[in-house]
Amino acid sequence: MSNNNEPTIAQDPWLSLKQFTPARIALGRVGMSLPTRACLDFQLAHALARDAVNIPLDFAGLEQRLKKEGYQTLTLQTQAENQTIYLQRPDLGRLLSASAAACLRHNAHLPVDAVVVVADGLSSTAIEHHAEPFLRLLLPELQQRDYRLPPVCLIKHGRVAIGDAVAEHYSAKLCMVLIGERPGLSSPDSMGIYFTYQARSGISTDADRNCISNIHNNGLSYQQALKKLLFLVNEAEKLQLSGVNLKDETTDATANVQQKQANFLLD
Amino acid sequence: MYKTRIADQVYDFKTLRNLMAKATPARSGDYLAGVGAATNLERVAAQWVLADVPLKQFLNEVLVPYEQDEVTRLIIDEHDSAAFAAISHLTVGDFRNWLLSERATTEMLTAITPGVTPEMAAAVSKIMRIQDLILVAKKCRVITRFRNTIGLENRLSTRLQPNHPTDDPAGVAASLLDGLLYGCGDAVIGINPASDNLEATSRLLHMLHDVIERYRIPTQSCVLAHVTTTLKAIEQGAPVDLVFQSIAGTQKANDSFGITLELLNEARLAALELGRGALGDNCMYFETGQGSALSANAHQGLDQQTCEARAYAVARKFKPLLVNTVVGFIGPEYLYDGKQIIRAGLEDHFCGKLLGLPMGCDVCYTNHAEADQDDMDMLLTQFAVAGGTFIMGVPGADDVMLNYQSTSFHDALYLRQVLGLRPAPEFEQWLQQHGIFNAVNQLQQQPDVPALFKPALQKLIGYGDEQQ
Repeated sequence: MSNNNEPTIAQDPWLSLKQFTPARIALGRVGMSLPTRACLDFQLAHALARDAVNIPLDFAGLEQRLKKEGYQTLTLQTQAENQTIYLQRPDLGRLLSASAAACLRHNAHLPVDAVVVVADGLSSTAIEHHAEPFLRLLLPELQQRDYRLPPVCLIKHGRVAIGDAVAEHYSAKLCMVLIGERPGLSSPDSMGIYFTYQARSGISTDADRNCISNIHNNGLSYQQALKKLLFLVNEAEKLQLSGVNLKDETTDATANVQQKQANFLLD
Repeated sequence: MYKTRIADQVYDFKTLRNLMAKATPARSGDYLAGVGAATNLERVAAQWVLADVPLKQFLNEVLVPYEQDEVTRLIIDEHDSAAFAAISHLTVGDFRNWLLSERATTEMLTAITPGVTPEMAAAVSKIMRIQDLILVAKKCRVITRFRNTIGLENRLSTRLQPNHPTDDPAGVAASLLDGLLYGCGDAVIGINPASDNLEATSRLLHMLHDVIERYRIPTQSCVLAHVTTTLKAIEQGAPVDLVFQSIAGTQKANDSFGITLELLNEARLAALELGRGALGDNCMYFETGQGSALSANAHQGLDQQTCEARAYAVARKFKPLLVNTVVGFIGPEYLYDGKQIIRAGLEDHFCGKLLGLPMGCDVCYTNHAEADQDDMDMLLTQFAVAGGTFIMGVPGADDVMLNYQSTSFHDALYLRQVLGLRPAPEFEQWLQQHGIFNAVNQLQQQPDVPALFKPALQKLIGYGDEQQ
């Protein structure tokens, strides 16, 4: 007991349990409440996640970065006119705006095999951090396989299914959508990739897609994600389908680690 | 029939289903579905018309066709007209007055329960303010039992939710022990498995069983796998206390969840057969939430709150130990912000209690909703004032597997302090016996590990060093 008037922070004597879980355990308490540090830790994580959702993606900056690498882009908008509408009307985030559709029509094109679409989704931070470095790995691989590609389509206020509209426009066989995933407190910048074979707007469903999720610095690496995506591309070409009937048989080191069965409460 | 003239406008709502939707306080999911009121005036006009609808009309005009929907059939076929007699002469507006009056005592509310349909409960809630929802719910008392007693007056229980991203046993155990040492876990120790397969489910079931046995904790376990997975686990001899399932208010939505009433019944009978409830036979744990039917494109033109109330008809058929409305999990396209989440949570609690269910609430939100911890504190406090049966206990309110924010062990202790709410009596005794809580249900001033858990942690220090 302290003799002065400072309230005591009661530390939990089981801090060592933190080695087993990323969960916020052994936070300690003041009275029965959360100590200031733990309280602000949480607020910090939430602020990062909220900003990832709400700060608009710098599309011009992304265009520039891709141009520098020698890649053409088209920036298009969905029918969700602003962020508030986007969050409440997922249906509108799956449809191209009239001007975007016109822009695609005016963009005369040669036959195309695959489309690569980048959408801000629910985390602009994810796309800001991971889209360009990942595309620098992916696009050369696709070109090496002689896939004919239109410009990379950058989509504002887009949901996953917006890729279907783009793929349909180009009559592309393969559709790859890079999108910002719903941010968690521990992963505000997680990117996902959705792959669809013969994607068609209003016809393709989630069951027709394969998802590679959790791409960020503490999650799946670019190389791991690329390996999975190229596996899916190859298999889809063989089977002529994607989705639930196309199983990802690549194994990644993290998931394959022999799980420790030890449990200190019972051993 | 559902017509009015108000502020120089004529409104004709045509059907009871449309009237219910238009009368619902604004929420994004009803706009997404295209069924919400276009203006404030239209909404209030609908509320005026709804207030004049006799309760009996809900038995005559079903909102989803009887022939097409087994939830409708359940509601109509099992309606108890004797219990309904006391309120059968009332309109929706009269019903609100009656519920708020001294006539509606706890005994009366219990007596009418089998005579109230989900649609009647939903209708009256649409013309109730938040304080009405709290006041009436608080008068309702629903007590259930498995290995302890849930829902007694001035008690609040907690579901300990020790989820881990890969179901690692030590990871689950770490959160589990953290929770127990904060006095959490009397409603259930319930894990959402990272992967819904039989092997993972069985492994977790055995682990929870062993922990509860070893430390003689008066509570029950649940692994929140699909009911078919749990049934297989029972067949294989796994120790299942509570059978979990997500349920919804239309047959079509339940189809999309891969369930039927028959399947739920089969699962309940299988769990009862195990006879694991020492104090009672409430062996089901259901989760619900506004918007789930719409997200399965199975709302049948209903507003999401009415759909939700209909899910409670499914729940009460199977005498659950716990029902949990996971109110803010679904996202802003259904409940946009803190205001919508708070009201939805209190509506669900009110409707559930009025229909005789042990209602808990996962006071929660996702990071793309316009909500924060302050909003959760408001719902948490109001829910507890309303006599809510249980809340979640997640370490630091951050679920690292499901990636959303719920309520923490500290949150439950806050409610115990400000409202004097105690845990379930059997669990309270266990907490006090092992010195986790003192005699007034507070944590000990000097934090120490109770003798019961000292050996486990002492071993661990060596174990932890070896790992490094």
